[in-house]
Amino acid sequence: MRPASAGRATHDRLWRAWVIAAPFAWLIVLFLIPFVLVFKISLADPILGQPPFTPLFGAVEGAQGSWHVTFDNYRFLFADNLYLYSYLKSLKVAFISTVLCLAVGYPMAYGIARAARPWRHILLLLVILPFWTSFLLRVYAWMGMLGKQGLVNTLLLQAGLVDEPVSMLYTDFAVYIGIVYTYLPFMILPLYANLERRHRDLHEVAADLGARPLAVFLDVTLPLSIPGIIAGCMLVFIPAIGEFVIPALLGGPETLMIGRTLYDEFFFNRDWPLSSAVATVLVFILVLPIMVFQHYQVKETRMVS
Amino acid sequence: MPDPESRPPARPQPSRRPWEDREAAPFVRLEGLSKSFNGTVAVDHVDLHIYRGELFAILGGSGCGKTTLLRMLAGLEIPTSGRIFIDGTDMTNVPPYERPVNIMFQSYAVFPHMTVEQNVGYGLKKEGVAGAELKQRVTEMLELVRLGGLEKRKPDQLSGGQQQRVALARALIKRPKVLLLDEPLAALDRKLREHTQFELMNIQDRLGITFVVVTHDQEEAMTLATRIAVMDAGRFVQIGTPTHVYEFPCNRFVADFFGTINLFASRVTQVESGTCRVQSDEAGADIASGDAGGQAAGAEVWIAVRPEKISISREAPVVGGFNVLKGVVWDFGYQGNRSIYRVKIASGKIVQVSTQNRVRSDARAVEWDDEVFLSWDPNSSVVLAE
Ligand SMILES: Nc1ncnc2c1ncn2[C@@H]1O[C@H](COP(=O)(O)OP(=O)(O)OP(=O)(O)O)[C@@H](O)[C@H]1O
Ligand SMILES: [Mg+2]
Repeated sequence: MRPASAGRATHDRLWRAWVIAAPFAWLIVLFLIPFVLVFKISLADPILGQPPFTPLFGAVEGAQGSWHVTFDNYRFLFADNLYLYSYLKSLKVAFISTVLCLAVGYPMAYGIARAARPWRHILLLLVILPFWTSFLLRVYAWMGMLGKQGLVNTLLLQAGLVDEPVSMLYTDFAVYIGIVYTYLPFMILPLYANLERRHRDLHEVAADLGARPLAVFLDVTLPLSIPGIIAGCMLVFIPAIGEFVIPALLGGPETLMIGRTLYDEFFFNRDWPLSSAVATVLVFILVLPIMVFQHYQVKETRMVS
Repeated sequence: MPDPESRPPARPQPSRRPWEDREAAPFVRLEGLSKSFNGTVAVDHVDLHIYRGELFAILGGSGCGKTTLLRMLAGLEIPTSGRIFIDGTDMTNVPPYERPVNIMFQSYAVFPHMTVEQNVGYGLKKEGVAGAELKQRVTEMLELVRLGGLEKRKPDQLSGGQQQRVALARALIKRPKVLLLDEPLAALDRKLREHTQFELMNIQDRLGITFVVVTHDQEEAMTLATRIAVMDAGRFVQIGTPTHVYEFPCNRFVADFFGTINLFASRVTQVESGTCRVQSDEAGADIASGDAGGQAAGAEVWIAVRPEKISISREAPVVGGFNVLKGVVWDFGYQGNRSIYRVKIASGKIVQVSTQNRVRSDARAVEWDDEVFLSWDPNSSVVLAE
C-alpha cells in the first residue's frame, strides 16, 4: 500500500502545485513583467530617439558602461501641481461614482434577489444587456442625449422647466452619469450574488425576536451583505480611477483625471519616462484598495464555509 | 376515528394535569387551523388546547406538517384558515415581531456576524433594554444555559452543542409566553441529546414558560413531554400523556409509532363489563382484554400487545384458556439490559417478546428452537378498531 499511496500523494502535490502555479504564471506574464518594464522606463531620462528614453545600464555619450537611474520623474510628479490635482480629481470622481453606484445598485440588486425566480433571470439579463453593444457607442449616445440640443434639454424645454438649454455635456455631471451608467452592472452583480443567498431563517429569527422589517434589514441583511458591497465598490472604484474614455468624451476642461494626464504625457509630450512614473504611482494608489478587497474576500470565504 | 382525547388516563393527578380540568382555560388554543401550499395541505383543520406551563410535544413522521404548525404559532406562516389564541388573545393576524412567542429553529440560525452576547441580547435590545440591565440579563441567561465565559466568541468559534444553547438562550431571554422548539436536539449526538433533554426540562421547570417541542423522536417526546400530540398527514391522530399514548394507543399508527407492538387480526366474540373476549385465527387462540375499546361483539378488530408485556417460558402457564400462544424460538437478540425473542407461532406469524435481564447469568432460560409458551395479562391487550 505504501508506494501506491506515496505515489498518490506526489500526484496530489503536483496537481496542487499546478493549480496554484497557473494563476501565478498568468499574473507574472500579464502583470508583473509589463509592470517591471514600465517601472524601468520610469527610472530613465527622456531623450529624442528610438526608444525615447535612456537605457538603464549602458554607455551614455561616450562614458563608461554604468547604471543610469534617476528619480527625477517622480520628483517632477510632486513638483508640478497638475499631477497631484489629477490624482486627487481621479480619486474624488471614482469615490463619488462608487457611492452613487452603490446607492443605485443596492436597491436594484435587492429587488432582483427578492423577485420571483423566473423574473430574476430576466432582470439580470437586462442588467448585463448594455454590454452587448459597444462601450464607445453607448458613451456617444450619452453625448447625444446630454448636449445642448440633446434629448434631455429638449424635454426640459418642452416641459417648460427651463428657459434655456442647461449645459450638462462637458461637465463633471456628465462624467458621473457616464461612469455610474457604465459601471453599474459591476456593482449589481456581486451584490446580487450576495443578496441572492437568502438567509431566510436568520430574517425570521430576527422578526421573531421583535425586529420590524426595517430593523431586520439593518441588523441582518445589511451586515451580511458587506462582502458584496465591498466587492462591488472595488469593481467600480478601481477601474473608475484610471478611466480615460468617459472623462475624455463627456468631461470638460476641469475634469482632469489621471488617465487623461497620462494620455497627454504619453502621446502629446512623448515623455515616456514621466508617463511611466504616473502609471507606477497609480498602481500603488490602487494596491491599497485591492488589498482591502482581498482581505474581505478571504473573510467571506471563511464565513460561507 | 375515535375522539383522540376520549380515553381516561390511568392515574389522575388533577393539580398537575390541567387538561383534565374542565374549568381550566387553555393557554394556547388552535381552532380549525389549516395551511395549504398551492393546494398541498400541510396542516389540516387542527384543534388543540395547550395549558400554561406544559411541555407539549408534537410528534410525527417527516413531512406531516409539524414545522408548518409551529411556524403558524410563531406568526411566520399565515394560516389558510382557522384561529390561534394565546393567553386569550386572538393572535391569528399578529405579525411575528409582536407575538409573545419565540421560536428556536432546527438549524439554530445563530447570527453569524454577532458575538454570543449580541446574539443572546438581540431580542431584549429590540425591546429597548440597554446598558447594564441588558448586560446583566444576558449574563444570567448565559449562566442558565452554561455558556458563561464565551460572551465574546463568534458563532464560527462554537461547537454545534454550544450554538444550540446560544439559540436556546436567545429565544428564552424575552421570557416568551410560549417557547416553540423545532427539533431542538436533532443535531446533537446521543449522549449530549439525553443530557440536554434533562437540561431543557430543568430550565422549563425553573422559568415556568410553556414549551411546545416538535420532534420526530418518540423517545425524546416521551422523556420530555407532559403531553404528546401524534401527528399524521396534517392531522392529530392522538393527544395524551406519554403513558397514555404508549399504553392506550388509539389506532395501529400510534401503536406502531411508539416502539414495537404485536398485532393480531381478530373478531370480538363477547363483551362484558370489565372484560372482552376476542377470537383470533392469526394468534390461534382466545384472547381476553380488560376493555373492548368501545367495540361490540362481532366487530373486526386488532389486538395489540407490547413485547415487554408478554412472558415467555418453556412450561405451560398455570392459568390457561386465553392469552396463551405456543411457538418456537425463531430468533434471539441479546441487548445487555434486555433480550429480544422472536417467536414463530402456529399461524406462521412472528411474535416479538422482550425480557429484562435482571439476574447476571451466562445461562439462558430459553434457547433457539425451544418450544415456548407466550402469555400476558388481559389488561395488557389493547383492542384497536383500525
Ligand atoms: N413553503 C412551502 N411551500 C410548499 N410546500 C411546503 C412549504 N413548507 C412545507 N411544505 C410542505 O408541507 C408539508 C409539511 O411540511 P413540514 O415542514 O411542516 O413537515 P415536518 O412535519 O416539519 O417534516 P420534517 O420532520 O421532515 O421536518 C410537506 O409536504 C412540505 O413539502
Ligand atoms: Mg420540520
